[in-house]
Amino acid sequence: MGKHIVILGGGTAGTMAANRLCRTYDRSECRITVVDQNDDHLYQPGLLFVPFGLAQPRHLVRSRPRQLAPAVDYKMARIDRVDLDARTVRLAGGVRLSYDVLVVATGATLLPEETDGLTGPGWREKVFTFYDLPGAAGLRRALEVFEGGRLVIDVADLPLKCPVAPLEFAFLADWYFQQRGIRDRVELTYVTPLDGAFTQPVAAGALGGLLKDKGIELVTEFALGEVDGEGGRLVSYDEREVPFDLAVVVPLHGGAAYVERSEGLGDELGFVPVDPHTLQLPGRPEVFAIGDAAGLPASKAGSVAHFEGEVLVHNIGRHLAGQPLDASFDGHANCFVETGFHKALLIDFNYDTEPLSGHFPGPVGLPLLKESRAAHLGKLAFEWLYWHSLLPGRELPGIGSAMPEHGKRRIFH
Amino acid sequence: MPVVTYDNTDIPVDDEGFFTEPARWTEPMAEQVAKEAGIDTLTERHWIVIRFMRAQYAAKGTGPTVRVLGKTSGVSVKELYQLFPKGPAKTAAKIAGIPKPRGCI
Repeated sequence: MGKHIVILGGGTAGTMAANRLCRTYDRSECRITVVDQNDDHLYQPGLLFVPFGLAQPRHLVRSRPRQLAPAVDYKMARIDRVDLDARTVRLAGGVRLSYDVLVVATGATLLPEETDGLTGPGWREKVFTFYDLPGAAGLRRALEVFEGGRLVIDVADLPLKCPVAPLEFAFLADWYFQQRGIRDRVELTYVTPLDGAFTQPVAAGALGGLLKDKGIELVTEFALGEVDGEGGRLVSYDEREVPFDLAVVVPLHGGAAYVERSEGLGDELGFVPVDPHTLQLPGRPEVFAIGDAAGLPASKAGSVAHFEGEVLVHNIGRHLAGQPLDASFDGHANCFVETGFHKALLIDFNYDTEPLSGHFPGPVGLPLLKESRAAHLGKLAFEWLYWHSLLPGRELPGIGSAMPEHGKRRIFH
Repeated sequence: MPVVTYDNTDIPVDDEGFFTEPARWTEPMAEQVAKEAGIDTLTERHWIVIRFMRAQYAAKGTGPTVRVLGKTSGVSVKELYQLFPKGPAKTAAKIAGIPKPRGCI
């Protein structure tokens, strides 16, 4: 009798994991079930482009089950909770799924209602987020009629999906208003809870430099306590204020609600605290988490889900064979950072190594931490790669889970 | 590695002044670190947070973020900022003698 692997979540991480597992196991060895609550798979990197009219919402959504290999069972259902002791997942309507291996891949959820005033007066009129499709589409209309004033981009707190996206939004806003010929009438401000433009010093320096070059004011260590939509003010917990005419806020993130309802599964924010190198839940060898759902000190980005997938499939195999797991996930992430004017820069980093300059994936490759047209083209090409290569679980030649060191300039402190 | 003297004891700290050896921390040291951080008196509400930070560090190997503190310590985020105006997680970690909390990205 084969084993049953249940994957909760049919987004980037869950779909890639399911398809990779399908390539590894015959249906008689392992049955694979993916559960998600709707049929719409959203290409999340495209959300950044919607407000600027560079992507159409309808082009970003495809059928979830169609991204899965035919051998994968897809169940569309709301997840009620996981019973770790009974090794079952309870779905809405009373259906129970038993599992031999459980993979939690239900991503991160936006929690705008957890910030005072954020969803109050002005929400989706002059206070927006572009982290979901309705928000991104609404923001597009708001930008079209924006004729000048203070535009503020604010990150409420960490963790957040795609930590570079708000910076990219600021860079693209600078480009967008220049295109419209009204940049001199727009004050752009980037507000972050961090002490710099990004977490790690080298990247913070490079990205902070770009903000400065583009005339975007940087406000740091601003922990968003309240949004006053009527008064047009962001207020921090230490009572500083940033005025705005239009605010773009990245709301607080948490894990899926069922994770919090499932005893022993999640941490305080609803993420699954798996081992950072094996992706296995301590004390529950049959439970793994990947992608944004995992409570790891790694970036919540699709590239991380991709790199984790390689280690996940390997470790599920070792678990099923009764062998010790490989602690080989190094937190590898890479991101194209769109900087406007048909340029982008690439960053590549992991748990221990901050983004460095040099080239990726080897000495001859895309420049790192430096704007280039090649990186912009890479970002655009990525959408095709996502649907046709990454989601089907194919390997990308030369780009693996372990972060490449070759071609990078090391920095010695 | 820098060394500072609290409670007549030499304590190794990192470049930002966070303890690198939390086991060497004592309660009298907390008062001194707090004064350096601009907090003249540690009230019982401060101590709830400081003890919580140490317990979390002992259990998880890192101190909690402000948001996690607000959800789990019994002190709201708003009050945390009143108690530790210059960044509650960092300041409370420093006073509690644990390394700087690792944020995520």
